Amino acid sequence: MTILLQALINGVMAGTLIAVPAIGFTAIFAVLRYPNFAIASYATIGAFAAWWANAILGIAVIPALVIAFVIAGLVGTAAEEVALSRLRSAGALIVAIASIALNLVLENVVRFVFGNDMKGYDLPLMRDWRFGELRIGPQQLQSLGLAVAIMAAMFAFLFYTRFGKAMRAVADNPDLARLKGIDPARIAIVTVFLGAGLSGVGGVLIGLDTSIDPLTGYRVLLAVFAAAVLGGLGSIPGAVVGALALGIAEELALIVVPATYRTAVGFAAILIMLTFRPRGILGERAT
Amino acid sequence: MLSYIIFTLTICGVYALLALSLNLIWGGVGLVNLGLAGFFAVGAYASAVATGAGAPVLIGWGAALAVGAVVGLIVTFATLRLRDDYLAIVTLGFAEVIRLIALNERWLTKGSDGISGIRAPLKAELGLQGFTLFYLVLVSAVVLLVWLLLRRLDASPYGRAMKAIREDQQLAAFAGKQVLRFKWQAFALSAAIAALAGALYAHFQSYISPDHFQPLITIYIFLAVTAGGVGRPSGAVLGAYAVVIFLEATRFATELVPGLQPVQLAALREILVGLALILVLHLRPQGLLPERIPKAPPSPSASS
Repeated sequence: MTILLQALINGVMAGTLIAVPAIGFTAIFAVLRYPNFAIASYATIGAFAAWWANAILGIAVIPALVIAFVIAGLVGTAAEEVALSRLRSAGALIVAIASIALNLVLENVVRFVFGNDMKGYDLPLMRDWRFGELRIGPQQLQSLGLAVAIMAAMFAFLFYTRFGKAMRAVADNPDLARLKGIDPARIAIVTVFLGAGLSGVGGVLIGLDTSIDPLTGYRVLLAVFAAAVLGGLGSIPGAVVGALALGIAEELALIVVPATYRTAVGFAAILIMLTFRPRGILGERAT
Repeated sequence: MLSYIIFTLTICGVYALLALSLNLIWGGVGLVNLGLAGFFAVGAYASAVATGAGAPVLIGWGAALAVGAVVGLIVTFATLRLRDDYLAIVTLGFAEVIRLIALNERWLTKGSDGISGIRAPLKAELGLQGFTLFYLVLVSAVVLLVWLLLRRLDASPYGRAMKAIREDQQLAAFAGKQVLRFKWQAFALSAAIAALAGALYAHFQSYISPDHFQPLITIYIFLAVTAGGVGRPSGAVLGAYAVVIFLEATRFATELVPGLQPVQLAALREILVGLALILVLHLRPQGLLPERIPKAPPSPSASS
């Protein structure tokens, strides 16, 4: 029982962190209609930007997160405009392939500058809190709180601001949105900025718990995809639900399978979901 | 120097097979396989394990073909009915899972130590120099054979049906083509070719480990096929040779940059590979050898 409860707690914590970049990925998919593999490098860039601010300049974690959001967002927007936007007319698959190449370039720029060594954030060491048999790390709890706050801000933006509503309109029906006078190019830029920024913040949140290196983003890429597909590609609430479901599924599966197969759980979850309910938990049509 | 050239040309041949495999489904039915490195690994391990258990090398290669096709069917079972981007995500995950299995199932794959002493056919009889030359001829012959077969396929009614599906699958379905069956068959055949490339590679190197099957290989092959020309087997082969030569050239060129750490040199090479792929997609998306679209026969109304 304790094992199950602990797995559930760990799953919710891990899932909440994955939800942040998953929202970024799925938002870009919803508006621009292509799977952006470069979000892995945006997450890495965010993680390194925050590390540089935190460990080198001595800035606290929360302002460092803002720095990560802005830097990853700017890099993502610039990269989209330079390397991807002109390929959109060639179809989603071509843009997706170009985003893989872009990911390779950016990941290696980080490697070129910072090297392959693991880096850790400058954080106070804190003992795990114990509730009977259950353990919770204060650091994880703080990351959890930050992730929830970021998501709440994102939802408020989407549902209560003009820009957020315009974004959802373009995602829902681009032609109708254009008829209403919404400029799709501007929406695309803002979406990419937000999506890349959220990926960057996600990279930090995931790195806070352990350490970061140039492959930080690539390692969570499959989990991000799995969360987005589970929840329904293109659905932002779906990405949150999918991430939580994935986090819990991973932790529960790790009770019976070795921990090295964590990534494989996400893959199995994608396959099962696509076989039985391809549109995901909250998604639209998938065919 | 001669042995370096022979070695490089053999790797060219292996990459050419992978490029032909990707071109078959991408240029054929318009699907992408981001798990190419996974199928490459599956073939290498299948043949290494089979011949390690005492099977002759040819049986090992046959096993690689069969396992590759079966795994290809399993991976695509759930996804081919869906939009194409789902297949991209699933195949990427597949390659990662194959790497995890290769790393962790030590009883089968010896984990990160890798499998060494994979039988090199006729090596004892020919000596090292003779063997590498023999193997180069062998790999090149396989490339030639697969290339001829796929060219023949392209020109056949089957190939035309595939391209019709690539262009507009609803229209193809309307014309009575069984879209799903074509996609499954094309993907299984393509996976089998990638697996065969893996088997040839394993018996050439005599040693394989999970590090040999990095996702980077998939990107190299995408670069090869886009640079060569999607939809044309000759383009895929040409692109593969060009990419291996490009990779070797970046090795020499980056060494000329003074004052860099080895990790920076490696990063610089990968940056060049990524940039090359982005540039090709922007500047020459049709590749060096663009696909030849056969003219439609004149319609009766136009001739009269």
